[in-house]
Amino acid sequence: MARVEQRRIGMMGDEAVAYAIKQVEPDVVAAYPITPQTIIVERFSDYVADGLVRTEFVAIESEHSALSACVGAAAAGARAFTATASQGLALMWEILYIASSMRLPIVMVIVNRALSAPINIHCDHSDAMGARDSGWIQLFCENCQEAYDTAIQAWRIAEHPDVQLPVMVCLDGFVVSHTLEDIEVLPDEVVKEFVGERPLVRVMGHEGEVPYRLDPTGREPLSMGTFAMYDLYFEYKRQQEEAMRAALKVIEEVGREYGELTGRYYGLIDQYKLEDAEVAIVGLGSSMGTAKDAADELRDEGIRAGVLRIRSFRPFPTETVREALKGVKTVAVMDRALSFGGPAGPLMMDMATVFYGLKEGPTMLNYIYGLGGRDISTDDFKAVAQDALRAAEEGVEGLPVKFVGVRE
Amino acid sequence: MIEIRLHGRGGQGVWTAANLLALAAIREGKYAQGFPFFGPERLGAPVLAFARISDKPIRVHCMIYRPDVVGVLDPTLLSPSVVEGLKKDGILVLNSDKEPSELREILGLEEGMGTIWVLDASRMAIEILGREITNTAIMSAVARATGAVSLSSLEAVIKERFPPNVAEKNLELVRRAYEEVRRE
Repeated sequence: MARVEQRRIGMMGDEAVAYAIKQVEPDVVAAYPITPQTIIVERFSDYVADGLVRTEFVAIESEHSALSACVGAAAAGARAFTATASQGLALMWEILYIASSMRLPIVMVIVNRALSAPINIHCDHSDAMGARDSGWIQLFCENCQEAYDTAIQAWRIAEHPDVQLPVMVCLDGFVVSHTLEDIEVLPDEVVKEFVGERPLVRVMGHEGEVPYRLDPTGREPLSMGTFAMYDLYFEYKRQQEEAMRAALKVIEEVGREYGELTGRYYGLIDQYKLEDAEVAIVGLGSSMGTAKDAADELRDEGIRAGVLRIRSFRPFPTETVREALKGVKTVAVMDRALSFGGPAGPLMMDMATVFYGLKEGPTMLNYIYGLGGRDISTDDFKAVAQDALRAAEEGVEGLPVKFVGVRE
Repeated sequence: MIEIRLHGRGGQGVWTAANLLALAAIREGKYAQGFPFFGPERLGAPVLAFARISDKPIRVHCMIYRPDVVGVLDPTLLSPSVVEGLKKDGILVLNSDKEPSELREILGLEEGMGTIWVLDASRMAIEILGREITNTAIMSAVARATGAVSLSSLEAVIKERFPPNVAEKNLELVRRAYEEVRRE
């Protein structure tokens, strides 16, 4: 596909997502419009009111209902979108599992915000981590451009015949959602062509093969979300896991195709100066941009630092991460969430698994940072990298978990 | 990269000023960010907003701790805390009817530290807008003091973002602020 002409504009992360969804023009957007909702659905509802999209906009009484409405719409074959954050995502929890288990390719944008109590509207990744095992694909974005780009790519990933899973597009609360940045946007028709129509896989229904959707006319009868005990339930779960693994390839394929169109290539991870790095910072989201600046400053000071940003947190790209960190001796794993009482932060547990059982692996340290929106600066990242190097030199036993920027 | 920190009070349009600077820069083909202090927003409480403008893509996503430029929208906020972290060769753009030498004393700013640009934006805003809304005036003075964006780019984004009647008066205000801001 040939590179297309793009328009360069200034937009906040929230606006960029709303704009992308306007261009995709899903059939149904259902959302609870009050806090912790963000500007995403507010702006989208403007598009609806102004007649710029033909989407059915359902303002609904809770996030639990918002996702339920999306489940209903997607089960009927529609494209369904919603957005939420923190407590809103927590309230959806029950339905998250239903959406993924029914294999409904819903796209939902999560503006990552801390969970109460205390009440806090700022960024951390606790909300998304709570949904980690719900069977949704989780893609974390670094900036407004990536939020826009991923809100478009997500449909192709979710709806791919080998995947058929819902996708969460995660962007950092305030740090991306409320930060205005320059972004490049595609023409409407190019986005429409890229996402195309939702393809429906064919499955066995009550009377032979039918498209995977509930048919109210009854001409192509099909049941979804039925009863399955120990005779079948396990097989369903195994299939979901297979779909997750298949998504690894699809995320890369879609990212490549999108790159050919836009010049912006996306994959499972984002590597920065890792080839010769003696220390790598690994993490999710917007702070990895700050870490890249820190890596440059460290290099100016003679420390070969690099950054590995995990874009696809679920499915987790184990092989890709292992390959990217080959030769890196010291790794600082950044977690913007806690697993209370767990052996380490959630990302750290995955990172430890990546190297488990290998003869050689890096020395890894875990750093918990940024909870409830606590800012993390370039200097903080430099200090983390230096601390990790120092610890590695002195010798690390076990898996140290440290806190950055918290009062002791 | 130029890093700008704006000080004002909740409701004075501090964040809008930062965003308009960023939008003007983007219009000129530059890279930019505009964002609020990630804290509680209350009417009348001291608030911050930030803008970054660069010729290269901006990756950093934290607040600004060592600004090149500090702009103060509200004269009652003038105190040593607004110059915290300001670079030695930094620029201060202040809304005040006082003389630069007096302002240096209020801010606890040593000789040779920073350059002060001053504008009685409150008076100017009351004259033109009929209200003490100084965000666009200080934004314009910042543009003049730094050369980070042109007056015409600011005018263009004001026309684009504000409803016509609001835009018209603000255009007058930014033009006058651009002309009348004085360097110490």
